[in-house]
Amino acid sequence: MKFKKKKVSEFVSPYTVSDAWKKGDGKTKGSFLIMGLGLLTRHRYAKGLIYLGLEVLFILFMAASGLKSLANLPGLGSVTQHQVWNEAKGIYEYTAGDNSLLMLLYGIATLFVIIGFVLLWRSNVKSNYKAQVLSEEGRHLNTFKQDVATLFDGNLQSLLLAGPVTGVLIFTILPLVFMISMAFTNYSIKGNHLILFDWVGLKNFAQVLNMRSNIGKEFWSVLAWTLVWAVFATFLNYLFGMLLAILINRKDTHAKSFWRFCFVLSIAVPQFVSLLIMRTMLQPEGAVNVLLKNAGLISQSLPFFTDTTWARVTVIVINLWVGIPYTILQVTGILQNIPAELYESAKIDGASPFITFIKITLPYMLFVTTPYLITQFTGNVNNFNVIYLLSGGDPTPVGGTAGKTDLLVTWLYKLTIDKQYYNIGAVIGILTFIVLAIVALITYRNSGSYKNEEGFM
Amino acid sequence: MAKKITKSYKTKKRIVNIIVHVFLAILAFIWVMPIFWVILTSFRKEPGSYIDTFFPKHYTFNNYIKLFTDTNILNFPRMFMNTLVIAIFSCIISTFFVLSVAYCMSRLRFKLRKPFMNVAMILGLFPGFMSMVAVYYILKAIGLSEGSMIRVALVLVYSAGSGVGFYIAKGFFDTIPKALDEAACIDGATKWQVFTKITIPLSKPIIVYTVLTSFLAPWLDFIFARVICRANAAYYTVSIGLWNMLTKEYIDQWYTRFAAGAVCVSIPIAILFIYMQKYYAEGMSGAVKG
Repeated sequence: MKFKKKKVSEFVSPYTVSDAWKKGDGKTKGSFLIMGLGLLTRHRYAKGLIYLGLEVLFILFMAASGLKSLANLPGLGSVTQHQVWNEAKGIYEYTAGDNSLLMLLYGIATLFVIIGFVLLWRSNVKSNYKAQVLSEEGRHLNTFKQDVATLFDGNLQSLLLAGPVTGVLIFTILPLVFMISMAFTNYSIKGNHLILFDWVGLKNFAQVLNMRSNIGKEFWSVLAWTLVWAVFATFLNYLFGMLLAILINRKDTHAKSFWRFCFVLSIAVPQFVSLLIMRTMLQPEGAVNVLLKNAGLISQSLPFFTDTTWARVTVIVINLWVGIPYTILQVTGILQNIPAELYESAKIDGASPFITFIKITLPYMLFVTTPYLITQFTGNVNNFNVIYLLSGGDPTPVGGTAGKTDLLVTWLYKLTIDKQYYNIGAVIGILTFIVLAIVALITYRNSGSYKNEEGFM
Repeated sequence: MAKKITKSYKTKKRIVNIIVHVFLAILAFIWVMPIFWVILTSFRKEPGSYIDTFFPKHYTFNNYIKLFTDTNILNFPRMFMNTLVIAIFSCIISTFFVLSVAYCMSRLRFKLRKPFMNVAMILGLFPGFMSMVAVYYILKAIGLSEGSMIRVALVLVYSAGSGVGFYIAKGFFDTIPKALDEAACIDGATKWQVFTKITIPLSKPIIVYTVLTSFLAPWLDFIFARVICRANAAYYTVSIGLWNMLTKEYIDQWYTRFAAGAVCVSIPIAILFIYMQKYYAEGMSGAVKG
């Protein structure tokens, strides 16, 4: 009776695979092997044939390539490409070696297909068993036409989600699994493993996390800077953006929409355009330095992107330019939702504007916008554009792979695209995810909107 | 005495007001200046990436004319058309995807709803282009990495995964009263009819918002475009083109034309953005309210 103690879900189907096995008749059990058998023998030909056809397709696929790809997955190939002397033509010819990358990709894709087939098989068993139960009880079994009709009503989610879910599976989840599995291989230009590589277990993680290895040292310093950057970028933008929004929305400020327009205009220009312009303006021979030199204020160019501290401050300040207008847009509506009585009573009690801000505005805003802050924080940790377009991660120490303003993401990009250390890049990606997941969980758990409002979604 | 107090209070208020306005003016100047500078540069006659005065010495319209007529090295008109086509298709697909998923999550109750929402949140925490290399190989495996298929590939890249970005639209759908749906159901409407005849017509702001954001994505992205187009200059999008104009071999020749191109791309986007600003704020506050 252990079974009954199981948490009862809202959506329990009365037709389960185990019931089908225990109580199913010959036809239902037959459909364990020949999919759709129960439906076909109960005159539901269209649905039964679809199941059967899909099963045949799956078997054909496995026979043609699936089994081979699966068998290649553990070893990832071993045949190297080599030259063979062709007597007849009098030239060296290359024999095709194994390509581990494709083997890995096809192997993983095959795993996806198999998982999909298992799900299909389960739905087949359930629907055959359902057909059996309904016909035993003498109830009506939906015809194919009626089944299609439910797709527009009770089963609308299957129809609407089919496209998006397929897209996400093929273009988001499959590549992600593929990249994650690369973290456990030696797929890297190091040791010339670009065509043929092997599983190496957790070695890459050990290398990256080891403080004494070169990559490890870089990792910890990049991680520290990424967190510093994300904290500054998120909270400075939030604070200044909110203060500006309050200033603009003040009762006595004139031409409110004009001010808002000025700030919003900078969002409207594509980010890569404005950032590339900033970058050229701040070069040692760029507009800003030239102007300052001509004005006689400085004799040497300011090291905007060549000195570590300068570069770090520069990217944070320019990110303020990029980010504050967004904050203004986001918080303006919420600021106006704060009950006016709160401010009036504070005024009567003689609270200064500063105290009002600290005691009323900030707590209220933090309560409402915690989810927004979390997404901002994760967005900043993954803020590729600002760093890559602005400083490109520079200044980079000689011989290093990571620059002083490189975030984990830009470093990941450099490692994979420029350096071709695919395995290390994948490890960095996974570690970035872990960092983000921890931060998001902790802040979300401790936030007011989670603790005080259970129904908050 | 009382008069004096109100008078000093008034002068104090006036001073505060002046300070606030001056402060806002300075900040607005800082925010607008780079944009103003690009527009100036796009009309500058002197070539090169910098000159020693803020205002150009001579003005010309040639940069714009050359940008659209001199197509030997970097074919800007073709890039513009490429981006436009890609943007239109990916916009249609992703709007459909986002709205369907958002409606399912907001209005329908089914077994995989919660898991799907959690998975979507987890996927959002991975660096977006971490899987870029893998996406390229997948596109290559299904034969979309060469020739004119590159356009299809870019459309797929921008739209296929868009289903996970449903949160804002879901927040908006949540604010539409459920009573409307129920009334329609009692009258015998199917859920599909509720979706197309009630929810969609009531959701103009969020549809505009979704259409515009997905239309803008191909204009703004250059990371994916660069990896997928590689050296196929015929299929470059605008952003790769502009990026290339600032590489070392082109910058001296092309800098003013880069500015002209930037203005050409920015004007439509700016108009669209200012138009959708209202919807943006509405959609966001809806989502935050949950």
